[in-house]
Amino acid sequence: MQIDWFPLWLSLRVAALATAIATGLGLWLAYLLANRNFQGKEVLDAAVTLPLVLPPTVLGYFLLVVLGRESPLGKVYEWIFGGPLVFTWQAAVVAALFHSTPLLVKSARAAFESVDRGYEKAARNLGASEGRLFWRVTLPLARRPIFAAAALAFARSLGDFGITIMLAGNIPGRTQTVSVAIYDAVESGNGALARTLVLIISGVALVILTLANRLSPAPLGSRQAAG
Amino acid sequence: MILARIRKRFPAGPDSTGFALDIEFQATAGVTVLFGSSGAGKTLTLDCIAGFVRPDEGRILLDDEILFDAATEVHVPPRARHCGYVFQNYALFPHMTLRKNLEFAAERRPRLERHKQVTRMLEQFHLTEVAGRRPHELSGGQKQRCSIARALIGAPKLLLLDEPARGLDAPLRAELYTVLRQVRADFGTPILLVTHDLDECFELGDEMLVLREGRLVQSGTPRKVLEQPASVEVARLLGSFNLLAAEILALDPGRNVSLVRVGEFELTGPYFPGRLLGDRIWLCVRPEVLAALPRNGKPGPNQIPAQLMRVVEKPQSVRLEFSGDLAVDLSRPEYERQRQNKEWLIEFPPQALRAL
Repeated sequence: MQIDWFPLWLSLRVAALATAIATGLGLWLAYLLANRNFQGKEVLDAAVTLPLVLPPTVLGYFLLVVLGRESPLGKVYEWIFGGPLVFTWQAAVVAALFHSTPLLVKSARAAFESVDRGYEKAARNLGASEGRLFWRVTLPLARRPIFAAAALAFARSLGDFGITIMLAGNIPGRTQTVSVAIYDAVESGNGALARTLVLIISGVALVILTLANRLSPAPLGSRQAAG
Repeated sequence: MILARIRKRFPAGPDSTGFALDIEFQATAGVTVLFGSSGAGKTLTLDCIAGFVRPDEGRILLDDEILFDAATEVHVPPRARHCGYVFQNYALFPHMTLRKNLEFAAERRPRLERHKQVTRMLEQFHLTEVAGRRPHELSGGQKQRCSIARALIGAPKLLLLDEPARGLDAPLRAELYTVLRQVRADFGTPILLVTHDLDECFELGDEMLVLREGRLVQSGTPRKVLEQPASVEVARLLGSFNLLAAEILALDPGRNVSLVRVGEFELTGPYFPGRLLGDRIWLCVRPEVLAALPRNGKPGPNQIPAQLMRVVEKPQSVRLEFSGDLAVDLSRPEYERQRQNKEWLIEFPPQALRAL
């Protein structure tokens, strides 16, 4: 049996990139939600949670409308990068990003909120700016659950199907990720390929989840620990 | 010198009663103790000074710098206030070594100077050997010294201590007092210390501010406050007084005497300025100035018969608790001499009586 490894390679690349972006974006959103009071905080919180509850087709449709060739954002993208976003592997990254960021924001927010406020008070009292407080105190104290959240986000990016197929399509050798390839293989009766990819992707997910669980214990300096 | 006038109101919520802090005080060099029961607003006062809580009204001046002024909306952020804060649980960063904890506090200085200063502080607080350890690898005393060193390393203009001795056993407490006395001598930083422990006020306090329900009810040296509590509430807060409801029967300023009725008995006391005949007062007497005697026949002048309810052993003395909420502290030999007494008399030295 000739196995095309491209979907697996593409999925890993898409998931890695999406996780990196989701971690940056997610940490910022989580910190904002955990530490700041501002108008529209609830709306932002709800908007961040939305992708967790909406059907992937709905999200995919939204993104097609917002990022399509006719939309302003789509035009800006095309102007900058010289080609459209939809039906490229970069679109798969966007899809994975929408799939994984909410999860990361939720976990990171919980991690930030579990850090004892006493340490933040102490840092401010010792002359730390908000930036130094974040990088030197809050983030290091919450790093374990955040690593765990990033691992989960990676696993989730790996498995996205609905948004990916709507936004990036199913172009073998260009935008076909593992989950799409499995669907394709089942549809075309290629049971052996489907089984192989299913086994590999399940194995990878299992390893990542085990890693995430290992990292999950209460963060350093959590509220309980500091008493 | 710190000069503070702070008003902060927390409205009552569905699961909390409201609270209002309304105090004005000034503290100069040395140790000023904020004394009061829990919920009196002591820690809130520290948090307002450190900038963690923004008062509704008032003004806070540290030396000649305005930290907060409601009228002109000045509210200096905590990081720029130069107030060292020693937290109740120390709040040493658990992911940093001791040295890193101190360096974090000195980060504004150039690297070489910072290194020198951290080394000097570690030496001064006997922490050099454990400088590479993290907080969870330290003893309670080391953590305590580190948190004080960390608060002092930025050369603050004021040091705030929030119940530093809470939950410490006796040896650690003694160690803390030694360290703080050393800090007072070596650094000259004015210290504002929160406590609800009267012994601590006497150990460390040059001045004492008594807080009750968000208000300042008395200030002065600890000795003066203990000897002359300003009100029944303060006396109750200090916790070591006999308080007896009494009525004034006679007053004679010329001979400096008065006659008061306590229950069915009459006692002679000093003249109470500003009181009138028939006034109802609280007589306030400390347990260690009362005498307990065996009862043989009729009570003499200023003696009241009482029934012994309980004997409480204390490290330095024995406290006898009598009917009518009267307590008398006797020295151990004195108690041993009298322990066979069947019936008791309590004698009130006239000059020891105070009216509140």
